[in-house]
Amino acid sequence: MHSEKPTLTAKTALWAYEGEEHDFISTRTFGFWLYLLSDALIFAGLFASYAVMDNPMSAFGHPLANGLLSASRGLIQTFIVLGSVFSVSVGSLGLKTGNKGLVLGGLAAGGLLGALFIWFGVSDLQVMAAAGNGPLESGYLACLYALLITHALHMGFGLLWIVAMFVHVARWGLDAMNTARLLCLRMFWQFQASVWVVIYVYVYLFGGAH
Amino acid sequence: MQVAVEGPWSPLLGRLTLDAIPYNNPIIVPTFIVAALAGLVAVGAVLYYKKLGYIWREWLCSVDHKKIGVMYIILGLVMLFRGYVDGLMMRTQQAIAIGPDSPGFLGAKHGYLPPFHFDQIYSAHGTIMLIFAATPLLTGLGNIIVPLQIGARDMAFPYLNATSLWLTFAGAALVMISLFVGEFSSATWVGLMPYSEMASNPGVGVDYWMWAIQISSIGTTFNSINIIATIVKMRAPGMTWFKLPVFSWVQLTTAIIGLTAFPILTVALTLLGLDRYLGTHFFTAGMGGNFMLYINLFWIWGHPEVYFLVLPAFGVLSEVVPAFSRKALFGYPTMVAASFSIAGIGWMVWAHHFFTMGMGPDQIGFFSAATMIVGIPTGVKAFNWLFTMYRGRISYETPMLWAMISIVLLLIGGLTGMMLSASVIDYSVHDSVFVVAHFHCMVLVIGAAAFAAVIFWWPKVFGFKLNETLGKWFFWTFIAGSVLVFVPMFMAGLAGETRRLDYVFNTALAPYMLWEEAGVLVYLASVGFFVLMLIVSLWQRVPAGESPWGTERGLEWLTRTPVPFYNFAVTPHVNALDETSWRREAGAALRPTRYVPIHLPHGSGLPFILGMDVFAWGFALTWRIDWLIILTTIAMIAIVFIRSFDRNEGFIIPAEEVEAYEANINTASIFAEQPKRGHGLVGEAH
Repeated sequence: MHSEKPTLTAKTALWAYEGEEHDFISTRTFGFWLYLLSDALIFAGLFASYAVMDNPMSAFGHPLANGLLSASRGLIQTFIVLGSVFSVSVGSLGLKTGNKGLVLGGLAAGGLLGALFIWFGVSDLQVMAAAGNGPLESGYLACLYALLITHALHMGFGLLWIVAMFVHVARWGLDAMNTARLLCLRMFWQFQASVWVVIYVYVYLFGGAH
Repeated sequence: MQVAVEGPWSPLLGRLTLDAIPYNNPIIVPTFIVAALAGLVAVGAVLYYKKLGYIWREWLCSVDHKKIGVMYIILGLVMLFRGYVDGLMMRTQQAIAIGPDSPGFLGAKHGYLPPFHFDQIYSAHGTIMLIFAATPLLTGLGNIIVPLQIGARDMAFPYLNATSLWLTFAGAALVMISLFVGEFSSATWVGLMPYSEMASNPGVGVDYWMWAIQISSIGTTFNSINIIATIVKMRAPGMTWFKLPVFSWVQLTTAIIGLTAFPILTVALTLLGLDRYLGTHFFTAGMGGNFMLYINLFWIWGHPEVYFLVLPAFGVLSEVVPAFSRKALFGYPTMVAASFSIAGIGWMVWAHHFFTMGMGPDQIGFFSAATMIVGIPTGVKAFNWLFTMYRGRISYETPMLWAMISIVLLLIGGLTGMMLSASVIDYSVHDSVFVVAHFHCMVLVIGAAAFAAVIFWWPKVFGFKLNETLGKWFFWTFIAGSVLVFVPMFMAGLAGETRRLDYVFNTALAPYMLWEEAGVLVYLASVGFFVLMLIVSLWQRVPAGESPWGTERGLEWLTRTPVPFYNFAVTPHVNALDETSWRREAGAALRPTRYVPIHLPHGSGLPFILGMDVFAWGFALTWRIDWLIILTTIAMIAIVFIRSFDRNEGFIIPAEEVEAYEANINTASIFAEQPKRGHGLVGEAH
């Protein structure tokens, strides 16, 4: 582009002496949001693989979702994970008022519900494997297990994070670093719940589970 | 439920036995001796000059984006040499092993490499050149230049940046160690499926390949997050989106590709890993496995990866061509739009890598047309560079020579790419060396642009220019080698030579093979000139002055030369797209008159330690050493935990100290040793 001959007035700013520090919290949360995008792509890859494998040929004589999963148990899990997200989110209201008790209480309730969710999921997989439909039996089952276990591992990582945040908040309170981390944790937790909803709708309901 | 492995396994060493060391191989043993001697000399020199502390504090623990960039580029150049030697070995094999009467040496029936060894070499060549040479070179350039171009002190997440670097190093180290311990994959750089499965490939080669790529691509994903956050959040005041230099724009599009494409590779390789380690059936031939799923997943990453590499090259051209044409870049907004179009369309063309593997005509039509559309934004870019040169006052310094040949190579590679995008042509030349010659032209675009960038920005980082005369010798020998290798390769491809031949059965191809061998030897001369250029320039170290080329345009040239470790003494307020040339024309100040304290992040040894731990983890997984896998996994989690308790928020350089540095800029160079600085000075800056 051809620009006009540059003109310099007394008002032209050449150096930024003020406002050099960048917004710490928003940079952290934006960066974490980008990480969640990459995580979403990991799940997209797994969902795509699942969609490809969701056919009798890949099931190799074993049942598909409608013969393996229970829609009502899945619904219970959905409510548990949504309840967990609700607790963590209500707790995070404490960040506005500096209410440490509310933040930690919300995290504790959310963490317990998250652990219950994982226990539900893992016991479902154990029942499936015990009935002869383990992850090694067919390509389809491998995909189903990979999708569910990847999600459960994310939830488990979130639990570790919740535990770590208890230590951090106890030691440093709700300073900028901990606020940024708690906001990221809330995003992470909400994202995993959204992934679960997609799993429930796509794998359970579209798959014809009863 | 681990898969049972072939051969011996012990709890202490896993699959590792003395037989894994190829001590009787006549090619690897001398290589090992040379590498070991070079390593000993390097370590000895560090100890003799008592530089161990300096290297640990100033480099291995550094979170400075420029030092990280320099280390990326060193890694890239070393791996580029390794990849070149692989190429030399392949060409030499094909130049000897032609026809049934060809001689055999060193235990090979024809040529000097047994087929299994040859297969490992081309697999390593592809993996190294794309993942461990081109990617670190371009990532390193982005690391150095982007924060300077946007007027930032560092990347948005300096610690994460160091972590990305050391993860890439860990992956590269796995590839390198596979040369001396065990074997590398023989299943090509893409991982042929189901050949990469345990049933047909029971050795450790595929595991080495898989973990090396997996580890370094996680580093690349992190780096992409960092680049996007840096450009979105850290721009200097006054730098609106349409004052962002084109190189930073393409780094943004590249990082968006990196962020979205690399996770797909992570999925593909993880599922392959589950197959190989736990015995699932994602990609096996049987039990409901579907190997086309792998091929699709791989290329859904693989094609965007190609644009991940070529877009930064386009960005370099958009900086170098205006500088040496003494004109503003022609069509800046269309350049930005074209970068985003290329990045977007890059997502819709993956299936053109396997037109012949059972697609219906509808899919072929879609992917064929989508591929052709890529030519439109690429053409826009090529014409913009030409119009930038048109009526410019062009001078032919080496960066400009590299930039111009890069455009020529883009034309050759692009037009042959258009031919291949037509599926009817692809059906007849697929899997021939015509395809190989096409994509080598494209990666030479990247290579040429990377050399242009290294030479162009070298004085910014080092404070002296590279020797122009030797640079031109390097350039012309490199180009002569390229012509001699790849023109015959196009012809041999059209004559019907297929890819990856350890033995060329058709003796009519002999002249092509010999021309290519001549070319690859001319390349050897160009490697020599490159090394000579480095040595002579380092020896002479002629100070480049504040304006090394006399024609610089972008904001990065507003820093002092060599660039100090704090980048800008005072953050500039940006007024124009080409800020430096704008200030020169307007007669505005290039240097501040008053200084303020500077806040910088502290270094940390944890990223380096994490990288070493991940390397040990990859090695343990490859050799299935269970206890080491568990130990290194726990160490990884522990390092993340320890880091979360590190509340060190950097240090402050007082204004007087900045002034002293500015008065004697060499003391602030990234190579100058800095005093140890205390912690916890945050708050005093305001």
